[in-house]
Amino acid sequence: MGHTDRAPLLRKLFNFHGGVKPNANKQQSAAQPICTLPLSREYVVPLHQSIGGTPQPLVVAGDRVLRGQRIGAADGNVSSAVHAPTSGCVVAIEERLMPHASGLSAPCVVIEADGLDEAAPRENFDWRSASPDAVRDYLRDAGVVGLGGAVFPSHLKLKANNSIGLETLIINGAECEPFITCDDRLMQEKAREVIEGVALMAHLMQAKQTLIGIEDNKPDAIAAMQAAAQTAGQSNISVVAIPTRYPAGGAKQLIRVLTGIEVPHGKRSTDYGVQCFNVGTAFAIRDALENGLSLTTRVVTVTGNVERPGNYWVRIGTPMHELVEHAGIKPGTERWLMGGPMMGIPMPSLDVPVVKATNCILAGSAELFAAPEPEMPCIRCGECAQACPADLQPFEMYWHSRARNFGKAQEYHLFDCIECGCCSYVCPSHIPLVDYYRFAKSEIWAREKDKTAADQARDRYEFRNYRIEREKEEKAARLAAKTAAGRAAIQASQQTVTGDAAPSETADDPKKAMIAAAMQRAQAQKAAAQPQNTEHLTPAQQAEVNDAEARRARARELADQDAQSIGKTSPSADTPNKMAD
Amino acid sequence: MISALLVMAIGAIVLGAALGWASVKFKVEGDPLVDKIDTILPQTQCGQCGFPGCKPYATAIAKGEADINQCPPGGDEGVRKLADLLGREYKPLNAEHGIEKPKSVAFIDEQTCIGCTLCIQACPVDAIVGAAKQMHTIVADLCTGCELCVPPCPADCITMEPIAETVETWKWRYPVFELKPVVTTSVVTTDHPTRAA
Repeated sequence: MGHTDRAPLLRKLFNFHGGVKPNANKQQSAAQPICTLPLSREYVVPLHQSIGGTPQPLVVAGDRVLRGQRIGAADGNVSSAVHAPTSGCVVAIEERLMPHASGLSAPCVVIEADGLDEAAPRENFDWRSASPDAVRDYLRDAGVVGLGGAVFPSHLKLKANNSIGLETLIINGAECEPFITCDDRLMQEKAREVIEGVALMAHLMQAKQTLIGIEDNKPDAIAAMQAAAQTAGQSNISVVAIPTRYPAGGAKQLIRVLTGIEVPHGKRSTDYGVQCFNVGTAFAIRDALENGLSLTTRVVTVTGNVERPGNYWVRIGTPMHELVEHAGIKPGTERWLMGGPMMGIPMPSLDVPVVKATNCILAGSAELFAAPEPEMPCIRCGECAQACPADLQPFEMYWHSRARNFGKAQEYHLFDCIECGCCSYVCPSHIPLVDYYRFAKSEIWAREKDKTAADQARDRYEFRNYRIEREKEEKAARLAAKTAAGRAAIQASQQTVTGDAAPSETADDPKKAMIAAAMQRAQAQKAAAQPQNTEHLTPAQQAEVNDAEARRARARELADQDAQSIGKTSPSADTPNKMAD
Repeated sequence: MISALLVMAIGAIVLGAALGWASVKFKVEGDPLVDKIDTILPQTQCGQCGFPGCKPYATAIAKGEADINQCPPGGDEGVRKLADLLGREYKPLNAEHGIEKPKSVAFIDEQTCIGCTLCIQACPVDAIVGAAKQMHTIVADLCTGCELCVPPCPADCITMEPIAETVETWKWRYPVFELKPVVTTSVVTTDHPTRAA
């Protein structure tokens, strides 16, 4: 560690295939420092904000919650907890409109802020002495997910491949998508914290080297990060400027540029000793482990057709309209995108909350974005294949997706498509190729789900048939065993009764004997089962019963006498025994 | 002459033995075609096709005793897949066997349920829990929506509820370009990337 071999002056960089160079449009929002958004009156925190299972709510309507208090517990390991963004009262847990292209609702915890912004007591967690598994569980419960946009739970990624370890930890500060500047500003303003987070992750994963890739159109961020790395004395963290080309910030593309490794289809980057995290995630991990702060806030770029484009520290759950009102809505805004112009998804309305995946809100107007041109037939020019950074054949996938020929589309590795939008961008026929891929992907997922359900139903049906069959057999076997046992018992009893004498008729006919035996048993049972409510009587009750019994006996005697005396004259005169009662 | 006959005879014996051995060694259990058909069928075991389950229907199709358009839960797509597999002509779903309905699950009104267990006995996939004189309930994740539990219920407390779309099950729609009135003036396009909404 003594001799610091700083980043080589000329690091060899590699090239990824394809890509495009759209107008960056970053200057609008990159100049101003990050503002902190004032507290809202109401926060809507969706329970499901990451890849994986939907967290289970830990609060009910009426509960008071504090800032950073866990309100949704991770559902299994592939899931991530959610937390209250401020102190206040839980008003409801109900379905609210989600920032999702579907325009559908999902369960959310609605919190009415009390304005005090009281923080929950911090949990003392010493990550340095904790086991790696404990650290990962802690991060899961702190709700840390990938803030680059994919919201994949970070604790699942903080694990090197056991057999080969981690050669290179890559930190993604490329921010290649036009308009978005949240990572740029974060790196400029919080360089020290980000570097600390990066060092922490490198320590957790035992990374041999760490590369922070930043596109060369962000010289300020590069300088700030380099200075911070130098100050921190982290010799094996190198800040690397990479050429600006969309989508250099895609995980696979950045890995390719920095290390030359091309992660093949169906493999993970950790299989090649590489793992990739976003700079925002590094900041969040440091916040969670060093400060005990769960993920309740993030930087969001608001840009496009707004009065004051810029970056904001926004609490998760803030209504999106409050955020954009703060930035100033300009007339002429036709649509709102969450994300950038290349990969962003249109918002159904602004009555949706800001979530962990919200890196940018982009106001689109007619001047800023021309209306999409009508789709024309594919002319097989191959531009899309030239532009595809995943080395796919977009036109083939398009034909098959369009024809709903999903099996064929999958053969062309549809699921390796990262939906970056380069193909749609270069298409001279203005075909919305990515829309076709999204359509095909969701259809294939739905079919796979149906297929799994059908297979499960078949298994259950077959098991049910097997069970019914087995129960039938078991019943038959039980009956046979019982019959045999009965037969044996009768034979044995007859042998003891009659000794060695000649077998009686019943022995010849065991069935008859069994019936007789069964009848005997039934009679015995009947006798035994006489209703008796004469236990535990008080002396008075006993006396009454005795009295009644005596009367009954007397009556019976009298009746007998009567019958004897009258019997000769009128035999039909049966004594009514009501006297006895 | 004799040697030629011998050679032929030995050849016949060797080949015959090889064929005999192969027929024993590579014996196929069951009909692979039936299994292929069975994987296409939706496994609701609803019996709407007129056979007591998906496997018997698959067997009947393989034998040519049943047509490929008798499975309403499989729907139009199922018929197309069967037609593809069997090289038969596609035909629309036979309405005699029912119509294609949106996927739904059974729901027991627990206030009305008398706990008779008749629906439990009817359920082909064991998706109903309950016991005699105890309330019954459907395990919605396991329910295939076959409707077999509906007729036996003496209290008429089972209804079929269509499955609502959620954010997780929502599917991207087939891209359709919205038709708008033609604008004659050419629009100045900026160099920003745009994506058709």
